[in-house]
Amino acid sequence: MITPGLTESDPLGVQRALPIDAKLDAIWRTQPGLIGTLSCVDHKRIGLRYIVTAFIFLIVGGIEALTMRLQLSHSNLTILSPEAYDQLFTMHGFTMIFLYAGPVLSGFSNYLWPLLLGSRDMAFPRLNALSYWVYLLAGVFLYVSFPLGMAPNAGWFNYPPLASGTYNPGPNIDFYLLGLIFLGISVTVGSANFLVSLMRTRAPGMSINRLPILVWGTLTASIGNLLAVPAVSLACVLLFMDRQFGTHFFDVEQQGQPLLWQHLFWMFGHPWVYAIVLPALGIVSDALPTFCRRPLVGYTPVAIATVATMVVGFGVWLHHMFATGMPMLSVAFFSAASLVITIPSAVSTFAWIATIWTGKPVLTTAFLFLSSFIVLFVIGGASGVMTGAVPFDWQLTDTYFVVAHLHYVLIGINVFPVIGGIYYWFPKVTGRLMNERLGRWNFWTMLIGFNVGFFPMHIAGLMGMPRRIYTYDHGLGWDTVNLITTVGSFVFAIGVGLFLVNLFVSLRRGKAAGDNPWDAPTLEWSVPSPVPAYNFRVIPIVASRHPLWEGRLDEFPERSSLTDGYVLNQGRETLATTVLDAQPDLILKMPGDSMAPLLLSLALSLLFVGLILHSAWISGMGALLSGIAIVIWLWPKRALGQRAEAPHV
Amino acid sequence: MSEESLRGIVLPVGSLGRKSSGWYGVWTLVLTEAAIFAYLLFSYFYLASHAGTDWPLGGMPSLRLAAPNTIILLMSSAALLWAERSGARRALRSRLLCGIAVALVLGSVFVAIQLVEWHNKSFTFHSGTYGSVYFVVTGFHLVHVVVGLLMLLTLLIWAIRGYFDREHHSALTIGAIYWHFVDVVWLIVFGALYLTPRLG
Repeated sequence: MITPGLTESDPLGVQRALPIDAKLDAIWRTQPGLIGTLSCVDHKRIGLRYIVTAFIFLIVGGIEALTMRLQLSHSNLTILSPEAYDQLFTMHGFTMIFLYAGPVLSGFSNYLWPLLLGSRDMAFPRLNALSYWVYLLAGVFLYVSFPLGMAPNAGWFNYPPLASGTYNPGPNIDFYLLGLIFLGISVTVGSANFLVSLMRTRAPGMSINRLPILVWGTLTASIGNLLAVPAVSLACVLLFMDRQFGTHFFDVEQQGQPLLWQHLFWMFGHPWVYAIVLPALGIVSDALPTFCRRPLVGYTPVAIATVATMVVGFGVWLHHMFATGMPMLSVAFFSAASLVITIPSAVSTFAWIATIWTGKPVLTTAFLFLSSFIVLFVIGGASGVMTGAVPFDWQLTDTYFVVAHLHYVLIGINVFPVIGGIYYWFPKVTGRLMNERLGRWNFWTMLIGFNVGFFPMHIAGLMGMPRRIYTYDHGLGWDTVNLITTVGSFVFAIGVGLFLVNLFVSLRRGKAAGDNPWDAPTLEWSVPSPVPAYNFRVIPIVASRHPLWEGRLDEFPERSSLTDGYVLNQGRETLATTVLDAQPDLILKMPGDSMAPLLLSLALSLLFVGLILHSAWISGMGALLSGIAIVIWLWPKRALGQRAEAPHV
Repeated sequence: MSEESLRGIVLPVGSLGRKSSGWYGVWTLVLTEAAIFAYLLFSYFYLASHAGTDWPLGGMPSLRLAAPNTIILLMSSAALLWAERSGARRALRSRLLCGIAVALVLGSVFVAIQLVEWHNKSFTFHSGTYGSVYFVVTGFHLVHVVVGLLMLLTLLIWAIRGYFDREHHSALTIGAIYWHFVDVVWLIVFGALYLTPRLG
């Protein structure tokens, strides 16, 4: 099993090709052409598809935002009608929260997990492809409503009775409900895949105290999603039944409870907030120390803080509902729980500051994005503490103060680490470095534009400006602050544009990166850039948290083995290890490329298209085809070791 | 871990029962499905706590069909357990086929009795929040049973075709977890909808 001495390096640290590489490449490579593209289950390509698709949605959601900012730049403008404005802010919120912020992190984790964990692929490669196709098709399903003028229009949290059939009879809300249920399938199967991959496909020796923090973040997010997504999917089913089949869950006249929607939505919504920030915090915790030239300060407290944030995050949903007139006791309890979240957040914050303080920072563009994130996290956190206090929240709920808070949280904690992470891992993906000079322009334009755009929203909120109004009167004194916000948001958009320009320029003309341009410590930097289809020539054996820094840190006498390990070249194979200690347990036979995921996601689309058209016939066809696709997918195959050796029991 | 400790270890290959990825995968399915039912029952009790005197609608839900039906579903689980433990693991083909078939039949009887139970109700899902939540909760469960029956049918076909032997029957092990889960959920749904109203 163990083949010694498989790696030789040239003086620049770039590995030389060996005969085994060609054999592994033949086993793992996706065939070129359309069939290969549609049937590909390579986690790296799926991860990149996720990131590219999420950025397309980011651009679309950004254009929606800029349109709204033009409308609000001065009092009494009529660029947008009230109905158009409603659809725009709903689609902007849905797009950014569900179609950008979550999926972009799924993209990072899909690309990186097997590389960070020392594996050849995720535990369920075909499920991985399914989660991408369903995400894409759910996004397309939702956006079909837009050119039809039937886009969702009741805000991204879609409260009844405004969203009920009585007050919103068109198909707008049905697009929202069905789109969110459809998307939930993608999130659920993706989360299950992360969880099982973590439990089963780590390299030998990668015990849980050696996991990168990004893995902790995505693990926590995945468990959170498995437990929380059902709440919103259920809420959507119940509201859809109310609207289409005459049930009375939210119908006040029949003793229904509109607040039930708010409970179910925020039981999902608040854990989801952590699901779309914790992996991003993981990006910071893993990439920032590389540029500080030292390991992260306080690995264990940061890992525990990550999990603790999510655990407490399941008990704070009521803080979105302080103004609904609930008993003081429950309001006080949920306010206290919300304030408790500051503790794990502060643990991580001080760990990052200490890492920079005690390190020797290298001021790359990636470092600028990752370190400035800390500032934005503190500002967003502070306004979060303020709105977590009940009396303050009663003053500011549904004002621009909340809009400012959530944008500091989502842009500060998601977009900044994501772009920093792209500067960091771009060389691994493409083999080229991004342009640093353009990177500085990109960073400073985004940082200045963001703060000029969103900080004044706090003030607009304190001046009493409500959110979700399509215009305002001149005499209210909100003109100046709104004009500043509009100017800032356009500067921010230019910053994002510069990032995209840098991406395309560097893709073609970036400097050659080599295998480990940042001299980083984790496993993904031990393989060539761009990463070969099979990831690792041999499954490495891990002895510490920093396999590539062991020589200089010299914490332990043991050394990781990156050149000697399991080769596994009898078809697509990877190593299964035990859950806690990561001891070798089994050799997993991995499925090859397959059209089943795409066909299943198309059959599911048919089901949802039938529902929106009120056609039982189309829906039935979709359900039937989905069932057939699942049975074909799961049919036991001898090549995967799922069937009896001889045809008799 | 030293390299020495890895040398000479011969590892099993492929999809083997509790070592298969699918075994871990089905537990994630159970986790997220259990969450759905938890939120459904949260909705039930939330609506109950805000309801007036007509809860449950039409008086206490009768146990005349529901209680025996609960036992039928549990027997179906037992049959599948037997198919796996005494059939597949000992390579006894007749027990394997017989166990899956009995589970399938008992599950189908459960669905039939449940439809009669629905038919006997004096209200529909249009009848206020109780009607809505009763039919949606039991309907969600019934859909899970029907999906489980289709799964059992598929497993039976695979068993008849001789796909399972002493080592290779992870599809059955995994499918059985789902079927037992659906039965455990029924116990909780039954307890919530049929028994808790009697406590007040």
